[in-house]
Amino acid sequence: MSNGYTGRILRVDLKSKTIKKEPLNMKNAEGFVGARGLGTKYFCDEVDPKVDPMSPENKLIFMTGPLTGTCATSSGRYNAVAKSPLTGTIGAANSGGHFGPELKYAGYDGIIFENASDEPVYLYISDDVVELRDASHLWGKDVYETTDLLNQECGENFRIACISAAAENGNLFAGILNDKHRAAGRGGMGTVMGTKKLKAVAVKGTGSITVARPDAFFKECMDARDTLAAHPVTGAGLSAYGTMILVNIVNAVGGLPVNNGSAGSLFETADQISGEELAAKHLLKNKGCFGCSIGCGRVAEIKSGAFKSRGEGPEYEAGWSFGADCGVDDLGAVCKANFLCNQYGIDPITMGVTIACAMELFEKGYLPEEDIGFPLRFGDAEAMVRACEMTCKCEGFGKVMGLGSYRMAEKYGHPELSMSVKKQEMPAYDGRAIQGIGLEYATSNRGGCHVRGYMISPEVLGIPMKLDPLVTEGKPATLKLFQDLTALCDSTGICLFTTFGIGLKEIAGMYREAVGSDESDEEILLKGERIWNLEKQFNIAAGVEKDTLPPRLLRETLPTGPAKGKVNELYTLLKEYYAARGWNEEGIPTEEKLTELSLN
Amino acid sequence: MKQLIIKPEKCIGCRTCELVCSFGHYGKINPKMANVTVFEYDEAAVAVPVMCLQCEEPSCMEVCPMKAISRNEVGAVVINYNRCIGCRTCLNACPLGNITYHPEARRVFKCDLCDGEPKCARYCPGHAIVYEETDTLPDKRKLVGERYRDVLTGEGVS
Repeated sequence: MSNGYTGRILRVDLKSKTIKKEPLNMKNAEGFVGARGLGTKYFCDEVDPKVDPMSPENKLIFMTGPLTGTCATSSGRYNAVAKSPLTGTIGAANSGGHFGPELKYAGYDGIIFENASDEPVYLYISDDVVELRDASHLWGKDVYETTDLLNQECGENFRIACISAAAENGNLFAGILNDKHRAAGRGGMGTVMGTKKLKAVAVKGTGSITVARPDAFFKECMDARDTLAAHPVTGAGLSAYGTMILVNIVNAVGGLPVNNGSAGSLFETADQISGEELAAKHLLKNKGCFGCSIGCGRVAEIKSGAFKSRGEGPEYEAGWSFGADCGVDDLGAVCKANFLCNQYGIDPITMGVTIACAMELFEKGYLPEEDIGFPLRFGDAEAMVRACEMTCKCEGFGKVMGLGSYRMAEKYGHPELSMSVKKQEMPAYDGRAIQGIGLEYATSNRGGCHVRGYMISPEVLGIPMKLDPLVTEGKPATLKLFQDLTALCDSTGICLFTTFGIGLKEIAGMYREAVGSDESDEEILLKGERIWNLEKQFNIAAGVEKDTLPPRLLRETLPTGPAKGKVNELYTLLKEYYAARGWNEEGIPTEEKLTELSLN
Repeated sequence: MKQLIIKPEKCIGCRTCELVCSFGHYGKINPKMANVTVFEYDEAAVAVPVMCLQCEEPSCMEVCPMKAISRNEVGAVVINYNRCIGCRTCLNACPLGNITYHPEARRVFKCDLCDGEPKCARYCPGHAIVYEETDTLPDKRKLVGERYRDVLTGEGVS
């Protein structure tokens, strides 16, 4: 095929151990692009929305996009799609590194895993040779050990995506880690992989990807790279300081939640856990994923002390969840907790917020010390790392924390203290200080999440236009546009971070020349809207709870900072948002909208 | 005369060089068909792009039974595919592994400096591969001098 796709997918039945190579459904590829969109389309067509996420009937799909592995900038992405055991929504988690491109060079756009194996296995792919192999010697091993062992066994130039023991033992927010340090992190995609007894996928490919209009494609890609290189965020800020550059910026607008959001969102010692501090004291180098001209990745090391450790990250979200949200301003502890999450393959956002929730439950007297085994107070860096480590290793109270903050808080009678939406923890921006991001959390199709329509861009960074974070006006329509564009971007196979510097024009341009389409920018954006509505339809059919926010964001006013006295004006925002989406007042897509999107 | 200069300390391991190289030569995107390869060493936090640096006395040129390898006007050691019979003797002769064979290309290949405008250098986001006049090389030598200075003045001791 000469259209960015390889034109083939693998279908692997883990129970009968049969492996089929089947042609890619090109009609669906046209309608749903690839990666997140196409993976979701396959999933929705094949799986009952009411399926128990932990049962063999749940499927797990790896899917790349038409731009994955190409010259398009930051094209290292693939998506893992399954019904999420954490949220019960459609789960789609996106990861960079080098694994996705390698899968395409091997000749496959994606893999659909069906049913479950009785014994641990891994999938070996070397171009046309595809085999399920015994993984009993890998079961129980962490991400680093598993990756090293598979590289010894298969060859050092294989790319590995795997799970850790947490995913094998009922942790509900375990991710799939590839190239050791890159994660399809949120919503428990690794947990689903664990239920299937699928330890890893090891892939090596020597084939080529070809595109429809090579010269025009190359020009679109290189122009986009030049634009990104010239932009202050993608050309300088992210490579120098990583995403942690946001700590001081978000704190300045009073939007950095402190102590599980119970102490407002202005962290006095934020500069101690900032990207600047990380770069000055602990950064070894910055690192790029496949084909990336941004290079936001951090390789960091805490050289001495109680938190001596080394790894990649932290990202801003983890920096906050283990930092300000736990009242901790020790960057060493934050890094250590983050590196543990990478090694043990769990989502550091959910982990940090769950620890913060446990701290609040403990301090309020709802969670007895004997259950945890030690006092767990806000600001206690050592206790925070200990709580993280016991969850990573599924030990003691770590088994309860491994269910996420909602189930833990519910067990102790106070689910309202879980800072989650649809049982997934909200990330590092306070929806009271930044109104649009609150709406984004409430409406995200995979529960509390910042990368489904990153309203921080306009509301805080002024990209591509500046919106006042404190007001509701203009937010619903902007969010709809951002969500649709994000769905499109994720589905092409390039990184969302490119959208700090490029927009629809560039993404549509690269997509068009790769697949050989003559559609307009608007027609291509409509695919993003179609994907969004498809995800929503699945969630409605799955019986997912309505769009809302934790009571804290709706009722407790912020005590300090630029947003003092504010709560999130969700109901005003939601009404306008549903109207902007062409949905009814209950948030259900109308027949007219579904017809417009060819979804009924 | 310009030459490719590699600065591993700046390499972020993104492999953009591999992409633009294979695309520039074959119109296909395939890192295994690139004349440059990035090696990443996780433990050392180092990544190194490796390609032919156009030897002064190229073994490949010497051993080629068809006299298909010569040096062109930009200083690149290039293969004349009209003469090449694909015997791969050059591949074995290169002590640095910078000549490759790929079944899809069905021929041996090596860096040809893209006729004097190497794409790897043009698009390397970290400026880890640059194409510069050779008289800039003493700048690197100067770093060694500076290292002595730092050590002798106590600044470089850690």
